[in-house]
Amino acid sequence: MKALSVSHLLGIKYLQEEDLYLIFETAKHFKEVINRPIKKVPSLRDITIANLFFENSTRTKLSFELAEKRLSADVLNFSANQSSVKKGETLVDTVNNILAMKVDMVVIRHPHPGAAHFLSKRVDSCIINAGDGTHEHPSQALLDAFSLQEKFGDLSGKRIAIVGDILHSRVALSNIYTLKMLNAEVQVCAPKSLLPKHIESLGIKVSTDFSQTLKWCDAVNMLRVQNERMDLNYFPSTREYSQNFGLTSERIKPLRKEIVILHPGPINRGVEISSEVADSDHAIILDQVENGVAIRMAIIYLLASKLNIPIA
Amino acid sequence: MKPKVLLSDKKINIILNRLCYQLIERHGDFSNAVLVGLQPRGTLLLDRLVELLIKSGIDQPKIGKLDTTFFRDDFRRSERPLNANATVMNQSVEGKDVVLIDDVLFTGRSIRSALTAIDTYGRPKSIELLVLVDRRFSRHLPIQPDYLGAQIDALQGDKVKVVWSEKETENTVYLEKHLE
Repeated sequence: MKALSVSHLLGIKYLQEEDLYLIFETAKHFKEVINRPIKKVPSLRDITIANLFFENSTRTKLSFELAEKRLSADVLNFSANQSSVKKGETLVDTVNNILAMKVDMVVIRHPHPGAAHFLSKRVDSCIINAGDGTHEHPSQALLDAFSLQEKFGDLSGKRIAIVGDILHSRVALSNIYTLKMLNAEVQVCAPKSLLPKHIESLGIKVSTDFSQTLKWCDAVNMLRVQNERMDLNYFPSTREYSQNFGLTSERIKPLRKEIVILHPGPINRGVEISSEVADSDHAIILDQVENGVAIRMAIIYLLASKLNIPIA
Repeated sequence: MKPKVLLSDKKINIILNRLCYQLIERHGDFSNAVLVGLQPRGTLLLDRLVELLIKSGIDQPKIGKLDTTFFRDDFRRSERPLNANATVMNQSVEGKDVVLIDDVLFTGRSIRSALTAIDTYGRPKSIELLVLVDRRFSRHLPIQPDYLGAQIDALQGDKVKVVWSEKETENTVYLEKHLE
């Protein structure tokens, strides 16, 4: 019988390789569950989970909410733009107020890196990081790796490229940690201005030549340009970015090989990926969304089994 | 201490044949029946019974393998985490006569969770229970088998273990005594 080595999900950095396999194994069973005529299991019927979103999100929030509901947990939703945060309340106070209403687990998205970690040290609850600024987005990386595993089987030795706005991406960092732990080879590819300094110290390849990267890789994860996090211009124009780093069928055809295409969403059609490619058979973007619910059910189920709260 | 043998291979084979004929007596050509083995160990009994049914001329009975982990009532109450096994249900059970199959019937709680779990695949016309071993006087719930291999008496802490051999012979049911 296996259990996770952690009692919060703050980032992939804090997980062990065995944790990843346990999450994937459990997610595989939940994927079967969500394809049944009745897609719900009663495991978490005595658990209440608060989704605290201090930053905009559509799919992650929906995915977490659906995962919680499929596990029969009670769900509390909170968005920062309609709350007392605007009136000057601190993060710890906000969360402690919510926990005082007898909430057992907290899913948090926050614009500041380290917010989930900070909270886990200061409040008495199980914390799941649903994205903290430009730092980590563990559930996204887990569902990406799970989707790749479905396609490839074992990922060791597979060549995975992450292309786009690496500098502002929490998905990139979590993906790098996950894929390295699963012994895949990782390359990041972006204009120099969108690559963080010292990124190669993570033990990955770095490229600024998209054509070379495509020749090298078995799968490519296309990231969105995060305009909302940019305080200055990182490239001359969207058109130029798209010409150099946009994935189009013209770029893929001459390679004469199959490349699996991932995208964490939301897609900017015509910028980092063309419509033709995004809707092609090689794109597993909608599989990622389906797997997202199963992965989040697995994360919540495995963490809930470690909860130390009195039973009625 | 050496575990005590409760059922020898020879006895088990006689029982399996009897259970197989009881199933045929009740379900005829199996056109409306679905045999559902409970993970992890009930599926091994299911495999043995299906083999015998096919030998008796039943043409590929419909089967399923059901894992009840997510429906158990001891989540967070058990010392050990509950890890799931694969569920393989390729058909709906709507309107079907379902036979749940497990190796040992003890407290009845697994069967209760199976009754809830099977519902997620439709509303069966009827559900029956087949077990190889019934541990008498240890039930927590009002659940009894419809098809029964053997009844045994064992103390609360004892373990009753069904060992299926890789080969077709040498299956055994053991009793492991609980030592303080």
